[in-house]
Amino acid sequence: MSQSYDANRWKRFDDWDARALRLDKFAVEDPENGFSAFRGAADPKPGLGIKGGKVTSMDGVAARDFDLIDAFIATYHIDPDIAEEAMAIPSEQLARMLVDMNVPRTELTRLARGLTPAKLAETVAQLNAMELSFAYSKMRARQSPGNQAHVTNAKDDPLQLAADAAIAVALGFDEIETTMRVARNSWSNALACCVGSAVGRAGTLFQCSSEEAEELEIGMAGFTSYAETVSVYGTESAFIDGDDTPWSKAWLAAAYASRGIKMRCTSGAAAELLMGFHEAKSLLYLEARCLCLQRGMGSQGTQNGGIDGAPLASSMPGGVRELLAENLVAVWLDLECASGNDARHSESDMRVAAKVLPYLIGGSDLICSGFGSILKYDNSFNPSSFNGEELEEFLVLQRDFEADGGLTAVEDARALDLRRRAIDALSHVLKDLGLAEATEVMKRSVAVASGSNDTQSFTPRDVALISDKIHSQGITVLDVIRSLHRGGFRDEAENLLFLVKLRVSGDYLQTSAVVRDGRVISAINDPNEYTGPGTGHRLSEERRAELAAIREVLDREEVLRAEATSEMGEAKAIRYQTMGPATPGTDPQEIVVGVSPGFGSKIFRTLAGHPLSAVLRALKAGIERGGGTMRIVRFWHTADTSFLGLSAARLSGSGLGIGIQSKGTAVIHQKDRLPHNNLELFSNAPITTLDHYEAMGFNATSYAQGVLPEPVVVPTRGEALGARFHPRVALTYAIETSMTEDGAAPENLQITFLET
Amino acid sequence: MSDKPLTARDYPVAETRPEQVAGSRGKPLSSLTLDAVIGGDVDIEDLRITPQALLQQAQISRSVGRAALAENFERAAEMTRLPQDEVMTIYELLRPGRAESKDSLLDAASRIRRDHDAQQLADFLEEAARFYELRGLFRKRY
Repeated sequence: MSQSYDANRWKRFDDWDARALRLDKFAVEDPENGFSAFRGAADPKPGLGIKGGKVTSMDGVAARDFDLIDAFIATYHIDPDIAEEAMAIPSEQLARMLVDMNVPRTELTRLARGLTPAKLAETVAQLNAMELSFAYSKMRARQSPGNQAHVTNAKDDPLQLAADAAIAVALGFDEIETTMRVARNSWSNALACCVGSAVGRAGTLFQCSSEEAEELEIGMAGFTSYAETVSVYGTESAFIDGDDTPWSKAWLAAAYASRGIKMRCTSGAAAELLMGFHEAKSLLYLEARCLCLQRGMGSQGTQNGGIDGAPLASSMPGGVRELLAENLVAVWLDLECASGNDARHSESDMRVAAKVLPYLIGGSDLICSGFGSILKYDNSFNPSSFNGEELEEFLVLQRDFEADGGLTAVEDARALDLRRRAIDALSHVLKDLGLAEATEVMKRSVAVASGSNDTQSFTPRDVALISDKIHSQGITVLDVIRSLHRGGFRDEAENLLFLVKLRVSGDYLQTSAVVRDGRVISAINDPNEYTGPGTGHRLSEERRAELAAIREVLDREEVLRAEATSEMGEAKAIRYQTMGPATPGTDPQEIVVGVSPGFGSKIFRTLAGHPLSAVLRALKAGIERGGGTMRIVRFWHTADTSFLGLSAARLSGSGLGIGIQSKGTAVIHQKDRLPHNNLELFSNAPITTLDHYEAMGFNATSYAQGVLPEPVVVPTRGEALGARFHPRVALTYAIETSMTEDGAAPENLQITFLET
Repeated sequence: MSDKPLTARDYPVAETRPEQVAGSRGKPLSSLTLDAVIGGDVDIEDLRITPQALLQQAQISRSVGRAALAENFERAAEMTRLPQDEVMTIYELLRPGRAESKDSLLDAASRIRRDHDAQQLADFLEEAARFYELRGLFRKRY
């Protein structure tokens, strides 16, 4: 191998170049061109003029010069009865009130009704990331946090949609959202998710994101229960380019309510920049305008926090802090907040986890406004921050921080049962309503499939035909309920009916409404009342246990069970015989190997998986190669490697000993050294090979002969050995320490290898 | 129903006063059972929200300081009386450049005020017409 030492670059940069992070592109702050999170070149100073109950100027613009957004905000957001009082409070003071647990949320939401976009932006910009997170947690509307899932697939396959919807429901998502690869498949997607979401539990809200008129029509047919596609923008030009105005969007907001469908608006940093109409204003100021507009329209909530613009916002200095800041403005304005964490803003898993953390630990109405419950390639909205691949990471983060992210683990067997039930229910409905016939192969392939690459099911063209039939035949949710009942899916029929009945009272139109355990909870009957430690959202013991219950957790019995499976093999490989008390030896060739109390009696393998018989065989071979003889002594007074080694050395005729624990940690020791000042140590038992043990045996003899050998180094490739092994280490070690006895005398062991 | 406006204490309405919650054909919640659906006694119209329910939700919103949300529910209460085609026609008209002059918006306002007793929605359209004119939105975009 040729080595070149004349590179003109430190090679660490090559390592850094290879990281996923380097796929992310970062942008220089450039306020003139819209690349500024907090300090736009043209951001106005806060200000408000009111005469006779009418706004005469706002944030430096006179009423006669208002664009459509200013006009709408001045008319519908600014409350003239509060504005004078609120605008007179210095923004530094408002910022302090936001993080003061003694100032109630309701006082701050009252004042927000009199604050202009520039004032809101100026205030939250003064908070650092920690303060923003805290204020967000204090100000969010509903006390119990929740989460929302994407349920889509690359084939628009209805069987998979139904199965995945049932899984999303079981995981605990409060809302599920679908969309299509092919626009005309919307009716099929809606029906499939609707059926799937009725499996196992009632009350999960469902949305089918499609063209505005069609989305309303699907809602009116009863398949869906919420919508969040009402996008708004922070500049007039971007708004018009989006083919809407504040008035057209407000009309839609009322339209959804008039059909009993929960609705929230969508806006997020950098949308205007992506569309080319930023007016040299900062992300935060434009977003404050969007949010005032949404409150003015009478939207109960917002999907906010970057959304499609999150990757662009995150490319700027402070961009991720800005996403927190805009979410804070949303909840300060008393809006439900589906707090982004939707489109994946980075290729770096670390950036993704760091971004979600404040929302996970502080809670949010909907932590992700679209958690990909399916695999990345099946996510028709584009990959989310978290997807099917990363779902267990999210469950573990919940467990780590004892923070309720809205999700609960689903057991293997139950997951498959739910998928089969959903597939059977939907297959029945498709056949019963004359829409399509699913074969056994299709059903079976979908049940076990992780994603659509593994299925043999409907193709997008088949789905288009199904979708057209649903629409043209005027099929409604009542037809589906009746069909489910005919097929014997009575629970599912009841669950679906429960959900559509909710729209009659309109209870779930209120701010932050979701359905839990058959009840509507919202900012009205579950308001966030955080006022310091011991208040606000706290985990119940029951919920804490749910968060802890991830799969494959170790306990002492599990460790002993695993050892029991090795016991039989070892019984055939080696025999240990106790030969009475061990006394100091006199043979200068002797190397004493001191083993721990459970060695070969309770524990039979090292952490690397080597049978202990093989380890002893390797040590013996190494010692004999060096011209020594091996004596094995079992110690009962200690299970600690250093003391095993030192005690062995003190009994050894050569003064050299090897101490070894059952889990494979080993040390070479000399009789006159301090306990923790050994000659060689294999502390990384999980990556220690039999060759290493052989070399250790050999080196012990070298030391005995007064020769300094090349120490054996167990090479690590940077594995997180602690994470992989420490629970088992601690449990194994506890088993050994429980066997120790103060002052117990060591015993000679005679071993016989039974196999060659 | 008493005339006293509902408050947060009356929420959720389906739990506190189920007997007063009914679909758009007057069927109360208690009659919207699975058996009734199976027996064909329930129509999709029975699952539609009524203006009364929306006005009650508006009262509740207002009682907790959410007047803007309440106004949206009040506009929605009027909108329950508009046929779906009319809702979508006017939505389309409100989009930029669809109306050629303010007259088409004003005509729509008169129409819904007259045919559907939709006062607030009509006012809303007239206000839109005024601002659209100020901002030059009455021009073809494509």
